Amino acid sequence: MTVESAAQAAYLVAALLFILALAGLSRHETAKQGNNYGMAGMAVALVATIALAIDRDVSHTGLLLIGVAMVVGAAVGLWRARVVEMTGMPELIAMLHSFVGLAAVLVGWNGYLAVEGGADPVEAAALAAQGTLGIHHAEVFIGVFIGAVTFTGSIVAFGKLSGRINSKPLMLPGKNVLNVGALLAFVALTVWFCISPQLWLLVAVTVIALLLGWHLVASIGGGDMPVVVSMLNSYSGWAAAASGFLLENDLLIVTGALVGSSGAYLSYIMCKAMNRSFISVIAGGFGIEAGPAEDKDYGDHREVNAEQVAELLEAAKSVIITPGYGMAVAQAQYGVADLTRKLRDRGITVRFGIHPVAGRLPGHMNVLLAEAKVPYDIVLEMDEINDDFPSTDVVLVIGANDTVNPAAEDDPTSPIAGMPVLRVWEAGQVIIFKRSMASGYAGVQNPLFFRENAAMLFGDAKDRVEDIIRAL
Amino acid sequence: MIIGVLREAHPGETRVAATPATVAQLLKLEYAVVIEPGAGIASGFTDEAYAEAGATVGPASSGDIVFGINMPSAEQLDGLREGTTLVCLIAPALNPDLLADLARRRITALAMDAVPRISRAQSLDVLSSMANIAGYRAVIEAANVFGRFFTGQVTAAGKVPPAKVLVAGVGVAGLAAIGTAGGMGAIVYATDPRPEVADQVTSLGGEYLPVEAADVEVSATGYAKEMSDDYNARAAALYASRVPDVDIVITTALIPGRPAPRLITADMVASMKRGSVIVDMAAANGGNVEGTAAGEVVVTANGVTIIGYTDLPGRLPAQASQLFGTNLVNLMKLMTPGKDGALVLDWDDVVQRGVTVARDGEVTWPPPAVQVSAAPAAVAAAPVAKVVKPPASPGRRFATVGIAAAVLLLLVAAAPAALRVHLTVFALAIVIGYYVIGNVHHALHTPLMSVTNAISGIIVVGALLQIGHGDTAITTLSFVAILLASINVFGGFAVTRRMLSMFSRS
Repeated sequence: MTVESAAQAAYLVAALLFILALAGLSRHETAKQGNNYGMAGMAVALVATIALAIDRDVSHTGLLLIGVAMVVGAAVGLWRARVVEMTGMPELIAMLHSFVGLAAVLVGWNGYLAVEGGADPVEAAALAAQGTLGIHHAEVFIGVFIGAVTFTGSIVAFGKLSGRINSKPLMLPGKNVLNVGALLAFVALTVWFCISPQLWLLVAVTVIALLLGWHLVASIGGGDMPVVVSMLNSYSGWAAAASGFLLENDLLIVTGALVGSSGAYLSYIMCKAMNRSFISVIAGGFGIEAGPAEDKDYGDHREVNAEQVAELLEAAKSVIITPGYGMAVAQAQYGVADLTRKLRDRGITVRFGIHPVAGRLPGHMNVLLAEAKVPYDIVLEMDEINDDFPSTDVVLVIGANDTVNPAAEDDPTSPIAGMPVLRVWEAGQVIIFKRSMASGYAGVQNPLFFRENAAMLFGDAKDRVEDIIRAL
Repeated sequence: MIIGVLREAHPGETRVAATPATVAQLLKLEYAVVIEPGAGIASGFTDEAYAEAGATVGPASSGDIVFGINMPSAEQLDGLREGTTLVCLIAPALNPDLLADLARRRITALAMDAVPRISRAQSLDVLSSMANIAGYRAVIEAANVFGRFFTGQVTAAGKVPPAKVLVAGVGVAGLAAIGTAGGMGAIVYATDPRPEVADQVTSLGGEYLPVEAADVEVSATGYAKEMSDDYNARAAALYASRVPDVDIVITTALIPGRPAPRLITADMVASMKRGSVIVDMAAANGGNVEGTAAGEVVVTANGVTIIGYTDLPGRLPAQASQLFGTNLVNLMKLMTPGKDGALVLDWDDVVQRGVTVARDGEVTWPPPAVQVSAAPAAVAAAPVAKVVKPPASPGRRFATVGIAAAVLLLLVAAAPAALRVHLTVFALAIVIGYYVIGNVHHALHTPLMSVTNAISGIIVVGALLQIGHGDTAITTLSFVAILLASINVFGGFAVTRRMLSMFSRS
């Protein structure tokens, strides 16, 4: 048994542990176990790789640098993980995606420098003997391309989510032509690079990929960020897999493929929840078309104050709360959890209805509510709760808009037509917490506000929830 | 047309099919009402009161339509003319001979206990209105015999524990019993094969005890049905464990057209505390409790009182008559579309078709099945507005898969040997990733994403193997890559851990 073969065996173990990790994450009961499997797999992989590096005569400086880089990286990572606000999860995840993307670019460049650049003539000779030198060229190119797209795409997503970049979709003229053009250029350059591997071609493809990644995400509106984040998750997996092909490392290939396909499946679920085509999302060409000018008269909305809402809640038997991103923005989840506890103590049934795309990340609302100690068994998803609205006395819509818009079902001309929504308007009374009468991310007016059984509670969601608790 | 109201011949029956108040409503539908002398006395309605309301006192057989609570006696039946419409409780499933007899007499018989359980027919469902009264009365009867308070109290003279009540079967009667017992301050438990009633129990302040079994029942007709042996065994275990602890047991389990299921065995009764009370509301149909005597009160050797009254609604006669009478008025409203005192039987209406058990010399029971109540909701759950793409035809899907397979085949075949192994691994891992993630719970999407994020930090492996082999440029780039990927690995796992520790169950 050589170190080489032992490392291969360890890689297989690590890959299986990663599969167990993902499988464990699919249920609440096994989720922690799953995370532990993931950590164990990572530990196995890291130990095996470092042993392998030592076996391949890594220099002392190199070993030292490994130590420094990992300690610094671990410190930064653990620090960020500890201080991040749960409302800031989407930003953190987008940022982490960009790191994977950048690392993939760097690994690809290293591959070029080692083989094509002549730094490692032994490896180059071995590849040439095998007849796979051409394949290696292509792998470098593809790895760098995917990594770079992931990198800038995630940076833009991070900027949009944290409010550093305007979340409105960027509308460049002929944006589809730009996207397709970039892809064609990539194919052409790949062929050229395989024939004659020159440094400037690699620089060119890196720049094109960086620009493409930036443009893809920039042209997507903030409301679609849940899909974008899970799509970038998928891209980061493919980037890792491409690096695996480049380095002939099966662990990287397996892990990358796992992450890539699971991310793609998640985005697919998201797309279904928003009634959008999966292909158009992956291609990034799904920026929202400008809706027709809205001159329709919806009638008048009604306003209530916190005391009236408190009275309504006291008289209710069954209450459903449907939160949206507005709750996260106002940091109202603690107040909402407190309100939930108070109402439940009075014997009122309180449940939460979560739309699949509520928030800026799949499952975002669940994490926020869990943080505020709302028991997860009263937090239900749309399909579980949608039929219960007619038997519900009061629905509190907190910072959600498009996900409760009846136009999606009633109005075939609406831009969100056909998107499954929470049918809150079937309940006895709907209270909408909102800062103003402005429309939601999709830019569509919401006829719910003008329904007879709906009333608006204007103001900051956190303050209003606290007012209600005080009035109870 | 004339409506005749019978004086009940059934011994012990205190109710009457019309009260002065319902007579007035029948008159508004342009009917004339004839009531037999003394028909309402047991319910506290005098003949004068009826006369004042507009009825004439006389023989009911003179009516074109005859109202009764129970099936008329043989003499009363003999007095009815051919073509008379008889409206009363008939229990058609249990009395096939009676139906044949009615058909032979060419009497149109409307069985008030055969009203289909659909929302529209609720206003004429006497089973519901009577069960409501019976459930209330069952608790009152139990309280009468029970030697303690229902509500727990702490007094200067010492502490009184609250009574514990177990209600078996959460139909209308069961719910009424839960509400009454709860209102009197008792701790109420309830059990039923249909899990959908759990919310109703809770809403009345009771606690629902589920039977852990595979074949939980979704009721399609609104009534309970007979359960499997496995279910019955588990239910028996539940009762055996709960019964010794409770003070009062009220059983209401009835299955239409069948003897009542045996829920409480003699052993369970023997396990109860002295002074406990059982009210068996199914006594008339054989009883849910071993040792029940229909219509009687039995005290067992260990001092448990088993009440088997079959006339619980009749113990509140005025109230019961009023509700029964109103149900009949509602039936007449349905069958008198012109409000002109002319009865019209609409054969296409499921309610009217359902209650009619004999007509024109023919037995018309059972009616064609009507599917009602809770079960169809599951079907309706499918979102209507969703724009569903028609699924690709099998042939087309086969072609797609075939083309994809062919492309993959060519690609792999053309690839050098070294690459082929990697492609195999790659393809299989994609499939595994897809299926592993396929059933993830929606609430766990964020932790899942952060864990895949951490895992994709595995790219650090690549950089680890590239660093420190002499070339400064490579080492520098690798160093940065290791640093970034490490942030990912450690940050990703740590934040997932933090998130998962927040998920808690109530």
